[in-house]
Amino acid sequence: MPATSHLAPVDAEEFGRELDKIRDEVLASLGERDALYIRGLIAAQRKLELTGRALLFASWLPPAWAAGTAALAVAKILENMEIGHNVLHGQWDWMRDPKIHSTTWEWDFASPADQWKHSHNFVHHTWTNVLGKDRDIGYSVVRISPEQRWHPIYLAQPFYNALLALFFEYGIAIYDLELERIPSGKKDLKEALTQLRAVAGKIRRQVVKDYVAFPLLAGPAFLPVLLGNLTANIARNVWGHTIIFCGHFPEGAEVFTEDRLENETRGEWYVRQLLGSCNIDGGRLFHIMSGNLSHQIEHHLFPDLPSNRYAEIAPRVRALCERFGLPYTSGSLARQAGSVWKRVLRMALPGPSPRRPAAGPPASFKAAA
Amino acid sequence: MILTRASASPVALLRRLATAAQWLTSPLVPEDYFELINPLWGAGELCGRVEAVHAETADAATLIIRPGRSWIAHCPGQWVRIGVDIDGRRHWRTFSLSSAPGRSGDCVTITVKAVRGGLVSNYLVRSTAPGAVLRLSRPEGAFVLPEPPPPRLLFVTAGSGITPVMAMLDGLRLDNADGPDVVLVHSAPTSADVIFGGRLRSLAARWPRLRLHERHTRSEGRLRPAELARLCPDWTERSIWACGPPAMLDDITAYWTGPADGLHVERFSLVPAAAAGSGGHVRFTRSGREAEADGETPLLAVGENAGVLMPSGCRMGICYGCVARLRSGQVRDVRTGQVHGDAGEMIQPCVSVAAGPVEIEL
Repeated sequence: MPATSHLAPVDAEEFGRELDKIRDEVLASLGERDALYIRGLIAAQRKLELTGRALLFASWLPPAWAAGTAALAVAKILENMEIGHNVLHGQWDWMRDPKIHSTTWEWDFASPADQWKHSHNFVHHTWTNVLGKDRDIGYSVVRISPEQRWHPIYLAQPFYNALLALFFEYGIAIYDLELERIPSGKKDLKEALTQLRAVAGKIRRQVVKDYVAFPLLAGPAFLPVLLGNLTANIARNVWGHTIIFCGHFPEGAEVFTEDRLENETRGEWYVRQLLGSCNIDGGRLFHIMSGNLSHQIEHHLFPDLPSNRYAEIAPRVRALCERFGLPYTSGSLARQAGSVWKRVLRMALPGPSPRRPAAGPPASFKAAA
Repeated sequence: MILTRASASPVALLRRLATAAQWLTSPLVPEDYFELINPLWGAGELCGRVEAVHAETADAATLIIRPGRSWIAHCPGQWVRIGVDIDGRRHWRTFSLSSAPGRSGDCVTITVKAVRGGLVSNYLVRSTAPGAVLRLSRPEGAFVLPEPPPPRLLFVTAGSGITPVMAMLDGLRLDNADGPDVVLVHSAPTSADVIFGGRLRSLAARWPRLRLHERHTRSEGRLRPAELARLCPDWTERSIWACGPPAMLDDITAYWTGPADGLHVERFSLVPAAAAGSGGHVRFTRSGREAEADGETPLLAVGENAGVLMPSGCRMGICYGCVARLRSGQVRDVRTGQVHGDAGEMIQPCVSVAAGPVEIEL
């Protein structure tokens, strides 16, 4: 039985109201300490990047290479996740600082900020885990749920999912182009080409910076610097892929059908966000390194609340879920990542039959709506 | 010619270097890293660092500000917009520059009077310490003296309206025998409330070409324009520069019978306390379209119905795909009921309704 079958619509609305209350409280209390957090984090990230690149110039010393590469990898992860992803969500727009604003931010990621905001903030966050609407389910290439029809190509998915992890940012950039929608005419070819040019421009700048300019500046250390930068980029890709796949694909995350969206209320939207998301347990440093996507549930309920607040509200969200008898899926990184890979391997093969009728929303959930 | 070229080429070289350096810092610019050392070296908005704060009266203070590199020298009488972060949020207000322009690299000053209930003015007067970094706009405004200045001048000011005039007086070289003949009529509640009181009095004592009339309104009542003729018999033959509360300026404008170009006024209306009404007239400034909005229809729908090409996304306030710049007016967030809106603020039209007349840059 789906987890929400017992929840009457009235309860969903009550649940939503309680969440709105949390949201309002956080919004009302935003202030100096939050501004200090993001400004401090951005400054720390930039210093760490400079440190990493400086150490790599001395990379004929193996410890300098290792330390420089590690610093650069961490800086790149912070830049993409706790800073870039969250700034692009508009989490810091309330500060009215045009330098830390969703409309002006650009990041060290192959996908241009504008395209990302469309595919991620809008398509994924609005239609989370709805088959046929949320393109992030398996990123159109991985079969992650029995509801996705099997095809022999999926036999290769353990292999190409590993490849996707290594080159995640390029995969996402190409994925954001929505190429599969061109043949049906849902997407204009010209628009896709314009987007492709923007992606190519970003990739070119990144390649020149990490694989040409900095190695050349290092002179005799050309090769170690190039390898250090490559390692940092790959580490960032694998980390991002791991954290993001743990957000919606482990055991416990539900997938929905489109009829679930009919007349969906605010409360029901909240419930869907909750059921489609999974948290990862960890300490403060881990949460920051994951861009607080370890609080995927809180992030999906409140995508525009500053990420430094997710840890604070998580216990309250969890308590609400208990009160309403809703599941709150959370586990260690090892467990969640293991669960994702188990699913990737299992879904490479045909079957199993979906746990519930593919067309049906939880019956009693909708019955009284 | 040769000189120009010789001086242009290092600039061109620097520019080329800066472009090259961007390949190393992409997607950021080199200034984003320089900012780590000195906030005044950052990219984007011009910044200024507060070097000192001097109390002028019980509720007014002068802030001495060192502007960043791209500051351009102002003319006395001009104003600047100041952006200040209070409790994490940026607020912009306009203040006259109270210093005469110096050489580039010099400090400039603004003199702020804390108004009752004024968030920014109180913060600047009471809570700003040396070292604070403020955002600055370029100096603007047409309330400036012509060059050379007219031979006979009358300044009529009240309260903090003295600030642009102080900058003008500093630039007038009153010590010069050929300098202009100046009458200053300034109103303040009491002698102690006169901003720059000490300075003005000593200037007037030293320079016979400056006559100062202080009007202490608490004991003498408000200055009526009819009294100007008594204080300054040739007032209609003088160039007049007036700055103060709207009522005073309206009085003078109505009473003035001299040539229209002889009277210059600078208005500082306080931010109109938002008549937090429901709905209002909405103007989309870039497309030139206008519409009437009720207090329930989100501005996104209002714009779409008016044929404006509105960016949009989730239509529920989560994706920030629709954010647009508010030029004027205030909006109400339908989720929280909060009424907000500073000029230049980025708002989410899909969850905002008009609270009074609104202008949006779309």
